[in-house]
Amino acid sequence: MASTTATAAEGRPREEAPRAKGTLYRGDLGMWSWVAHRITGVLTFFFLFVHVLDTALVRVSPNAYDTVINTYKHPLMIVFELGLLAAVLFHAFNGIRVMLVDFWSRGPRLQRPMLWTVLVLWLVLIIPAAISMIARAATELFGG
Amino acid sequence: MTTTEAPLSVDKPRSPARPAARRSNFELYSWIFMRLSGVVLLFLVLGHLLIMLFLDGGVHRINFAFVAGRWASPFWQFWDLTMLWLAGLHGGNGLRTVINDYSRSDRTRFWLKMLLYCSIVLTVVLGTYVLFTFDPNIS
Repeated sequence: MASTTATAAEGRPREEAPRAKGTLYRGDLGMWSWVAHRITGVLTFFFLFVHVLDTALVRVSPNAYDTVINTYKHPLMIVFELGLLAAVLFHAFNGIRVMLVDFWSRGPRLQRPMLWTVLVLWLVLIIPAAISMIARAATELFGG
Repeated sequence: MTTTEAPLSVDKPRSPARPAARRSNFELYSWIFMRLSGVVLLFLVLGHLLIMLFLDGGVHRINFAFVAGRWASPFWQFWDLTMLWLAGLHGGNGLRTVINDYSRSDRTRFWLKMLLYCSIVLTVVLGTYVLFTFDPNIS
């Protein structure tokens, strides 16, 4: 019996032992939600930085503020407004999911259905928002 | 100190480069802060976006007079001040984590975090200054 075990151990290829080299954790849905949480968070942070600076112009002059805010009113800016909204909504709903996983006893077991709930909720809100924004931009561009 | 040259390599748990013991609970408190501020920001930010982008014509009605009208009320002043501080610290701490995770050397990590801290102080202090010294009759 001992000899069988020995051959089995020797038969295992040596290179497999240090697995770290070039091995990429491909994760699961949970990893991608974590990645998306980071990306949406970083994007929102950069917008926050710009947004505080543009709002600070109210302290310079009404004219300076209105001029800069007018660039936000261009119809094409809805692409960025929708992008911001999409990022913030995902970050908000997935943040609730993260808290439920952390603090709710059944959270870890339900993390996957909760992610689908997050995505459905996100779609339910982002689709009407997109329609209303695009409709407003379209009337302005073509039928104003 | 430790410079991560090879991709995806992790320090051995017992290697001497790791600090022997935890000296403060800062990371624990920042972890709790992210969750508590997240709950508050959920309402503040989604409310802010709803008002600014969708109600009464959305972004098209925003101008100096609109801001002056809102900040005449202490409620909206307090709303915006709380949102500014919580968003600045929540986002700043999030980016600190991202920088800590992805910087390859201690020097880039240090300078990226310095840049981050400067931008947080700049936005939070500037925003607070503007909120407290706002003058609706400025020319």
